[in-house]
Parts: sequence; structure tokens; C-alpha cells
Amino acid sequence: MEKRVVFRSAWLPYALLAPQIAVTLVFFFWPAGQAIWYSFQLQDAFGLKTQFVGLENFRALFNDPHYLASFRITALFSFLVAISGIAIALLLATMADRVIRGALAYRTLLIWPYAVAPAVAGVLWAFLFAPSIGIVTYVLKKNGVDWNWVLQGDQAMLLVVIASTWKQVSYNFLFFLAGLQSIPRSLIEAAAIDGAGPGRRFWTIVFPLLSPTTFFLLVVNIVYAFFDTFGVIDATTQGGPAGATQILVYKAYYDGVKAADLGGSSAQSAILMLIVIALTVVQFRFVERKVQY
Amino acid sequence: MAQVIFRGVRKSFGNAPVIHGFDMDVRDGEFVVIVGPSGCGKSTLLRMVAGLEAISDGEIAIGERVVNRLEPKDRDIAMVFQNYALYPHMNVEGNMAYGLKIRGLPQAEIDARVARAAQILELSPLLKRKPRELSGGQRQRVAMGRAIVRKPAVFLFDEPLSNLDAKLRVQMRAELQDLHRRLQTTSLYVTHDQVEAMTLAQRMVVMNGGRAEQIGAPLEVYKKPASTFVAGFIGSPPMNLIPAGKDGREVLLGVRPEHLQPCAEGEAKMTVNVDLVEPLGSDTLVYGHTGDNGDGARVAVRLHQSFAAQTGRLPVRFDPAHEHLFDKATGLRIED
Repeated sequence: MEKRVVFRSAWLPYALLAPQIAVTLVFFFWPAGQAIWYSFQLQDAFGLKTQFVGLENFRALFNDPHYLASFRITALFSFLVAISGIAIALLLATMADRVIRGALAYRTLLIWPYAVAPAVAGVLWAFLFAPSIGIVTYVLKKNGVDWNWVLQGDQAMLLVVIASTWKQVSYNFLFFLAGLQSIPRSLIEAAAIDGAGPGRRFWTIVFPLLSPTTFFLLVVNIVYAFFDTFGVIDATTQGGPAGATQILVYKAYYDGVKAADLGGSSAQSAILMLIVIALTVVQFRFVERKVQY
Repeated sequence: MAQVIFRGVRKSFGNAPVIHGFDMDVRDGEFVVIVGPSGCGKSTLLRMVAGLEAISDGEIAIGERVVNRLEPKDRDIAMVFQNYALYPHMNVEGNMAYGLKIRGLPQAEIDARVARAAQILELSPLLKRKPRELSGGQRQRVAMGRAIVRKPAVFLFDEPLSNLDAKLRVQMRAELQDLHRRLQTTSLYVTHDQVEAMTLAQRMVVMNGGRAEQIGAPLEVYKKPASTFVAGFIGSPPMNLIPAGKDGREVLLGVRPEHLQPCAEGEAKMTVNVDLVEPLGSDTLVYGHTGDNGDGARVAVRLHQSFAAQTGRLPVRFDPAHEHLFDKATGLRIED
């Protein structure tokens, strides 16, 4: 049966698509194209002179130890956010799946953090962990922990990881819960009769059946950690201390807007674009085509 | 190998009772079919034996042990589910070996048992396939293989054939009978299909509304239904039940459609006003009603010859030996 809608007029489909195309062109393709164009240019700090330099910006980037450090920081940051976000969400989803009474209330509450803007989430956690007035800091200091993320890079990293993970757990939770609920009850019962205890049932039956969901979330979470955490970082550490939390997207912003190095910043954006393209390819290749079982 | 004993078994979900006291001794090696309409509690009863539902009151014993407090894995049972419940990410071999691996059997023993079960069920060429690459009948066999390799004391079947098409169901029914003849394992089999119950059971339990209406051998149940419910549930089309009076008492007169014979008007016990005729080839089903106002009882007649008229009157008689009497108020059989 033919399900496609066929338009009789030639212009109507284009008219219907026009707003979406316009938004994409103006806010995505134009700036993206500009970034690529600028990445081949060198501009002075006042924007008076512009000079075409070819791949010079890229060469400078890969010889800059700060940029390479930012790569490492981003890798660590996104690894921590993706892994802890997925692990915590899976734990919560498994527990929520077993709750029968008041299940809806639990689920609704667990989904709320997703609606919080990244910057607000950042401020919230920064406040809890604030070196001078934070309630968590108070407890930590009482227990002999020298907590001051403003000065200590590891602690600053921990803070932005916690804030970013907290926001993303809700999203992961939704997918895991749906995944768990699509596993037929009788499979778990069959495994129980076969002699598998709860732990064994989880690792040999439930977890493998969730693997397509887990892989999908891994890619989505990495993309999230790469880009959408900008607000969290800008509202808390602003990349500091001493660049300890300066992930790639934040460095691109800082170099371009604050340090007025338009060419270098554009080159960083171009590299980020390549990373997104690579991640998207991975997602399409493995997630959409190859279901794991 | 074990007997299964039910003693006053009850089940309630919250305040809603679903099983109102069930007693039965299933003998060692016996094939018992629990049959009834949906919602009668037959699956719940089976799941209580499996340990998937808690027993609200009473006792279930498998072999010599009361199993009320035992986990499913400690009850020495295997279960075949309606939707097969195969592990989709494991191949046929993996599905069958899963329970054995967990029990820590040596690999050589696992391989031998899986190979033996695969041979019995004709699955040997399919061992490396995933469940999604199998047909419904093959999946059904794998589910049975998974139960066989465990060599349990009791097999539990929860409507195992109801997802198969009619032809395959007949074939699998025969294979199940054959399997039970070979293995002689105590089996409890739940179904809503009275034909499966009649053909497979050594004894059957007819359940209705959480109670066992009758427990007995299939032919005994067919010949002497204990209540109007059993009379209406076993046999197709069901037994005709016609209101009548006997010794000043309101009764229902039961006659099976196959026991009604067409005859001359003079010797007829009743006359059927024909509404519908269904020729089935081997025989013909005639549906109609008694009385002339359309308010009489509905009657079905199974004829061994073809019946030409689509409407009209069909005078019938029956042998008094084939007559069943039930109390109209309680629905229970009146013994003669």
C-alpha cells in the first residue's frame, strides 16, 4: 500500500519546509560555514586586518600544549559523565522497575532534573559545594576533607562531572526504564526457574537485552558531555582553575570571545564539527543498523 | 520423578480471592491437564507450583517436600511458557544449556544432555541459530528442550500450544504425548482448549471461578459431567441443556449433540426448529431451538448424514442412557 503523501502542487512542500530550512540555514549552516572560512584566516585583535593563512591555525593548535591538554580533559570529562550517568540511571531504572506502589511518583520525580537548564544545574551544585558557604563543603570539612574546587583542579573536575551527570541521569533513566519494561516478565521467570539468582539474571539476561539501549545512550551521553555541558562549566568553574575543566567547546568559546583569537577559535570549532560527524556516523552505523542480538 | 500434592491451596491478590481451596494428589509420572476458561485461576495454580506466585494458604508438596517457602530454582521443576520465553540473545544451544551451566554441571555432561534433547526434538541442525531465526514450532521445541535437559521432577506447561496454528498444534500435541510416554515425568499442563485436555490428559481438572468443578479421567468427565459448567465446557458443540420438570423438581436435561438422532414425528422426544446448518464434511451440525415461540432452549444436533433443509423442523430422539440430569438451582449433577 502506498503510504506516502503526494503533493499535487509543486511549491507547497517547499513552503511547508521553508521555516525549518530557514532556521537550519541561518543558525547552523551559515555560522558553520563562517567558522570554516575563518579557520583559514588570521585576524588582528581589533578586527581591522584579515589575512588568509591556510592551515596555519590548525598547525598552531596541534603544537599548543594547552589545546592538547584540553583534549585530554574533554576525554576524561566525557568518559566520567557518560559512564557515571549510565551506571546511576541503570541502577535507578532497575529499582524503579520493581516498584509497583507509587511507581508514577518516583518516575516523575526522577525525570524532573532533565527540565533544569544546564546553567541552573551548574549554579545549584556550585552553591552546594561552594568553598565558603556550601552545605556539602561544611560536611566535608567536618570530616577532614580539604574541599576547595576554586583552587584544586581535581575537585573542580569532580564538581562539573557531578552537575553534568545529575542532569543527564534523567534522560538515561527514561530510556532504561522503557527498555526494562519491554523485556517480557516470563524471560526473568524462566531464568529464575533455571536457577539464576537476581544478580545473575541481571548480568546474563537483562543487561545483554539492554545493550542496544546502553550503546545508544553511550553515544548520546558523549555528545552531551562534549557540547551541552557548556552551560554547566560557564556557570561554575569557567574552565578553571588553571584550565583544569576547560573542555574543547569551552576553550573554543574562550579563545574566540574572551581572547579575541577568531582564527584559532574557528579552527577549534571546525575540529569539533569533525568529532560530531564521526560520532553521528558511529551512531548510525552501529545503533540503527545493527541491533545487538 | 515425584508426586505433587495440593492441600487446601488458596490464593488471593489483595482482597480478591482467585483460588478457593484446591485439593489434589497428582501421582508420580501422571499427566494432569488443568482446563478452564480464562480467569478461572488455572495459570495461577500452575505458577504457585512453580514458585512464581506465593501461596496464600494451604500447602503444595513436590515429592516428599513441602515447597511453599522454596525458591523456584530449589523446587526441581521446569516450565514451558506460552510465549516460550526463550533468551533472544542466546542460540538454541545456549538456551538449553543456561540452566545446566548455572547449576555447575561439567561441560561434558552439559554437551551430552543438550545433544540428547536436540536429537529427541529434532533440533540438532538448529543448535547455532538464534530464537528469532526459528519458526513458531521450532521455538516451541527449544522451550521444551530447555525443560527436558534439566531432568526435573515435574514439568509445568502453561498453554504451550496456544501460539501455534491449528495444524501445528495437532502435531505438537502428538509429540507431547510421545515425549511423556518416553520420559514418564510428572506433568501439569494448563490450557483453555478442551480438545488438548481430552487428548493429552490421563486425568483432567476442570476449573471454574477458582474452584475445581471436576477431577477425573477425560472420558469419565465426558460421560458423567459433575455440573452444567463441565457439561457445557467439555465437548464441542457443548451439551444441550433443556429445562424440564422431574418429580416436581426443576431440572435441566442434558443430552450431547452426538446423541440426538433424527426420527419420525411419532417417536420423537422433542422437535428442533432449525436455525442454522453447518456441513463439516464428515458430519453436519444443526443448530436450532425447542418450542414454537422462539423462547425455547437452544439445541445443537450432530448428524452423521447430510441434512439438506436449511430451515424447518427436525424431530429427534435419544437413548435414555445418554440422558444427564442437573439441578437447575445449583447446576450440580443429580445421580440416578
